[in-house]
Amino acid sequence: MWSVIDSGRRRCKGGGMVSPAAELLAVVALLAILGFAITRPRGLPEAVVAVPAAVVVVLAGAIRTERLVAELSSLLPVVAFLAAVLVISELCGAAGLFRYAGSAMARASRGSPRRMLLLVFGVSAATTAVLSLDATVVLLTPVVFATASRVGVRPRPHVYATTHLANAGSLLLPVSNLTNLLAVAMLGIGFLQFAGYMVLPWLVVLAVEYAAFRWYFAGDLRLGAPPVAGEPAPDSPPWFVVAVVAAALVGFVAASAVGLDPAWVAAGGAVILAARALWRREARPGELLRAANLPFLGFVLSLGVVVAAVVDNGLAVAMAAIVPAGTGWLDLLAWAGLAAVLANLVNNLPAALVLLPLAVTAGTPAALAVLIGVNVGPNLTYVGSLATLLWRRIVRAHDHDAPLGEFTALGVLATPVAIIAATTALWAVTSLMGA
Amino acid sequence: MRIGIWLTEGAWPAAVDAAAEWQDDASEVVLLHVAGGGAAEVVGGAYGGLWGRGRRRDPAASLAAEAGTASTELLERAAARLGRPCQLRSLGGRPERAVTAAADALDLLVVARDGDLSRLGPRSLGPETRFVVDHAPCRVLLVWPGTAPGLGSIPPPPAGPPEPDRR
Repeated sequence: MWSVIDSGRRRCKGGGMVSPAAELLAVVALLAILGFAITRPRGLPEAVVAVPAAVVVVLAGAIRTERLVAELSSLLPVVAFLAAVLVISELCGAAGLFRYAGSAMARASRGSPRRMLLLVFGVSAATTAVLSLDATVVLLTPVVFATASRVGVRPRPHVYATTHLANAGSLLLPVSNLTNLLAVAMLGIGFLQFAGYMVLPWLVVLAVEYAAFRWYFAGDLRLGAPPVAGEPAPDSPPWFVVAVVAAALVGFVAASAVGLDPAWVAAGGAVILAARALWRREARPGELLRAANLPFLGFVLSLGVVVAAVVDNGLAVAMAAIVPAGTGWLDLLAWAGLAAVLANLVNNLPAALVLLPLAVTAGTPAALAVLIGVNVGPNLTYVGSLATLLWRRIVRAHDHDAPLGEFTALGVLATPVAIIAATTALWAVTSLMGA
Repeated sequence: MRIGIWLTEGAWPAAVDAAAEWQDDASEVVLLHVAGGGAAEVVGGAYGGLWGRGRRRDPAASLAAEAGTASTELLERAAARLGRPCQLRSLGGRPERAVTAAADALDLLVVARDGDLSRLGPRSLGPETRFVVDHAPCRVLLVWPGTAPGLGSIPPPPAGPPEPDRR
């Protein structure tokens, strides 16, 4: 295998090695990872194929050693950050933060579905921004469903809103989405700087989504609920975890200002919350390890290595012909559109890994436009991509329980408008701030 | 007579109150509610779109459990409002199909309007309610939650052909 790949090597213009055999191997490895992640046979973790595939790519020499080292050293802090945030959000859930948010929403909505929707938007956007989209999908949606049911309003608009905002609300902070962490690692910009660029696009996306939900679910949002006797007053919020999360946010800003990787701050927050939960016997060590989701971290690292091999061995040259060069309004729209299309064909994680390195060379605004595409774009379908949707239709051809038409119509209504509006806002901000 | 009452969030008290007027001692009453309404599937799909997380934390299962509990609670509140013995049925699947199928064993299905309640007209039925009203294989009693809007909420008829010249 070594000799085959070495004999095919030639030097390309940029000085890197390009080999058809290496590219073929990397592409086959990538397709195996993507195929496994889409089909998830027997519910096995995606890392089961991703890690061996990356090992094969490395052993076969399809990625240069210095590139491998660079890729791993840029991905490891990202993955560590992610693990810490997963643990923090899990412990927020264990401490009752989302239960508290649910009972506070139930009280404040006073039986009005429209007030409830506004509260769900606020809580979902805040949860996604601060604790990442995983927390919103995994921990918040069941609470929102239970809250809407308890209040007596139709749960559907509120549950849909929560899943939409897990994607659409993930533009604000680096920690909101894994894709943002990847971009920040490549761009080398600070926590506050990222938020400064993205706050307006984030608000614009929220406004577009809110308008779309109010219009689309006008009927469902009209019928108020009769008052429920005995709605208990909410307990006080779990102040300790709130304080730790707030301190971590301040710490992220401070750390990036002094050049310390914010992953250390996240790790510190996770350790404090974990120590307290273990001391109070609210969590067991095994649960914390499972919350950190090591197979997920292995999957991200492996996918990053394999995508780097695919990009280096020829995809970068091929893509250079189609990606926009500048950072004008139309260029940014093209970056965001390309990212949304790629994310919708397969998934937003490989889309981000492929496009971000190219966009970073075009400039910070281009990389941020790619984030708008890969973060907001997956709302076009309720499963994040056409490949996954197609697969679910194939294996569950006789399952008509999901109101897919409804959700897809909502995605088609809101997503393109949200991407265009947010990219326009990003263009305005980056032009003014002189990125 | 076998009377079914379809309970939907927000509109169910009107349906229960209307059924109370129509039932007699010999009536057999069934309360129907569809749990979840596809929410678990959508949440499961959204989680499936997050790659690499494994299956263990899929929130669809806990959401389906919440949906079952919420459905039972709503049925019990409605039974308390009805104030007489009745059968409680929590259904699964697509609401319009599940309720239409359940209506096959009924003599009368009580349905509350759940769309635009500000004016008389076809939009006062949501899409699922519309389907049930159109397809139910039994008599249907359709009720307004609260007071029905006045006749003035119907738009004027479209301009017809010009009056024939009488001269």
